[in-house]
Amino acid sequence: MAKSFEELQTIATQVRRDILRMVCMAKSGHPGGSMSSTDILTVLYFNEMKHNPATWTRDGKGQDMFILSAGHMTPVYYSLLARTGYFPVSELATFRQMGTRLQGHPSVRKNLPGIFQASGSLGQGLSAAAGAALGKKLDGEDNFVYCLCGDGESEEGQIWEAGMFAAHHKLDNLIAMTDWNGKQIDGNVDDVAGMGDLAAKWEAWNWNVIVAEGHDFESITKAFELAKAAKGGGKPTMILFKTEMGHGVDFMAGTHKYHGSVPKPEQLEDALKQLGETPLGDF
Amino acid sequence: MKKYIDSGKKDTRSGFGAGLLEAGKANKNVVALTADLKGSLKMDAFAAEFPERFIQCGIAEANMIGAAAGLALTGKVPFVGSFAEFVTGRVYDQIRQELSYGNTNVKIASSHAGITLGEDGATHQTMEDIALMRALPGMVVINPCDYNQTLQATLAAAKYVGPVYLRFGRPSVPNFTDENEPFVIGKAIVMNEGKDVTLFATGHTVWEALQAAEALEAEGISAEVIDIATIKPLDEDAIIASASKTGCVVVAEEHNAFGGLGEAVAGVLAAKKPTPVEFVNGGDRFGQSGTPAALMQAYGLDAQHIAEAAHKAIARK
Repeated sequence: MAKSFEELQTIATQVRRDILRMVCMAKSGHPGGSMSSTDILTVLYFNEMKHNPATWTRDGKGQDMFILSAGHMTPVYYSLLARTGYFPVSELATFRQMGTRLQGHPSVRKNLPGIFQASGSLGQGLSAAAGAALGKKLDGEDNFVYCLCGDGESEEGQIWEAGMFAAHHKLDNLIAMTDWNGKQIDGNVDDVAGMGDLAAKWEAWNWNVIVAEGHDFESITKAFELAKAAKGGGKPTMILFKTEMGHGVDFMAGTHKYHGSVPKPEQLEDALKQLGETPLGDF
Repeated sequence: MKKYIDSGKKDTRSGFGAGLLEAGKANKNVVALTADLKGSLKMDAFAAEFPERFIQCGIAEANMIGAAAGLALTGKVPFVGSFAEFVTGRVYDQIRQELSYGNTNVKIASSHAGITLGEDGATHQTMEDIALMRALPGMVVINPCDYNQTLQATLAAAKYVGPVYLRFGRPSVPNFTDENEPFVIGKAIVMNEGKDVTLFATGHTVWEALQAAEALEAEGISAEVIDIATIKPLDEDAIIASASKTGCVVVAEEHNAFGGLGEAVAGVLAAKKPTPVEFVNGGDRFGQSGTPAALMQAYGLDAQHIAEAAHKAIARK
């Protein structure tokens, strides 16, 4: 049963609370990109992706798969896995602690359900997603493989190798997304190593390109529906989601400052107050 | 000593190609990927037999490693093939993250390894690859010695679940092992029993070690020859048993001095059975253009150098 936009908003607010509480408890982590991609991934995990935590296996048989290429966005990833039932929500409190299954970057060596592939060294997840999409095609499976990249991450050459590969092999069951927040650790993407026209670049690789508003549930939903409808057309899809780093909390929004650093305790209090409590409750 | 007959020179990469085809027939999940080196890797027969399971990646090795990892996630058994340098050093981080840490069932088919790549020269001749691959947790490292053994090792790699580095070469070399001998990962192979010195060798140097043993026999020296076809996991028991028997050893490999079989064997012996060890390897050098035979001689990797090292080892007993 699909969630209404109102329900999605409640979930996304709770996920942002989870993100901030996780990184502040761990005194480390990457809240900025997690908060820019929260709305996209909330729609994906709750409404769009065909998945079932109860029957999940790492080979992804019979289900859609998701690979987080920008591996540092674990706070949002773990929150959504927990909130959709892959593991207890209480386990979010162990994020980045010694012995945890919730490693700083996704690991497949800790038996955490929902994780298909390790990631963290940037630029590599899209290749793995393309390989998995090809594997599903070889098996005659009609499920999708989703992959989330960062725009800063797209400075890696391997992203473009994967772009060539997926188009050449006509992987129209691959739906890639870019969290197009315009920021990376050292500042604005345009100031660090300008990417130019991302949409034109993906179109030039012969991908089906969709540009959407990454904090508008209607726009996000429409983008996913368009991407799915494009299956059969022989092209992989890239959805460029225009987002804002740190979205949802005023002092974190639109700055690269919180890409890889966390708010102070008094700032956390302020941030949680801004987000407000939800009926879902904190972990 | 036990006599080995060269049944006709063949390249080990053709052993891989034949093994890949056979593995493909035995298991429909076997797929092959290459970065524009289908012919060099001898994947033509597989590609002709299983066109849908042959995946051309173009000259983009990094993506090839990742795509193989993704295919492995869905239950495929991918073999990724290129020249040794381009499927190790060039993509080390991809292998570390996606195959080793990611614990995916991908086989790295590493051709044209070592100095015997020959005329293309140092840019293409890696003598560092064993060190790189050995250092990765959980990576199996195999370096078969001839066509027959490479074919069998390919079949064994296809059946093993987990990442494997399978190293072989470009030139035609003697084919002398039993074609029906199944390859057992992690098992050293005693090629010749001896009592005065042990010659440990891997890959192309196994034949050289056998030639050296023959020359030593003519001098009245009994050399044990052991083929360390699996460098990781290392057959420590076989190494300790032989060193205990002969009291001195030589380790020969087509690799530089760092992190290869020599240091692996020395490490085992230093910890568990201190024994004089002499090393036959490429030293601290890059390669250069030349014929494989001329390079093996110039870099001190042939039978003559192995025999000389044996004398030195015996003198240290």
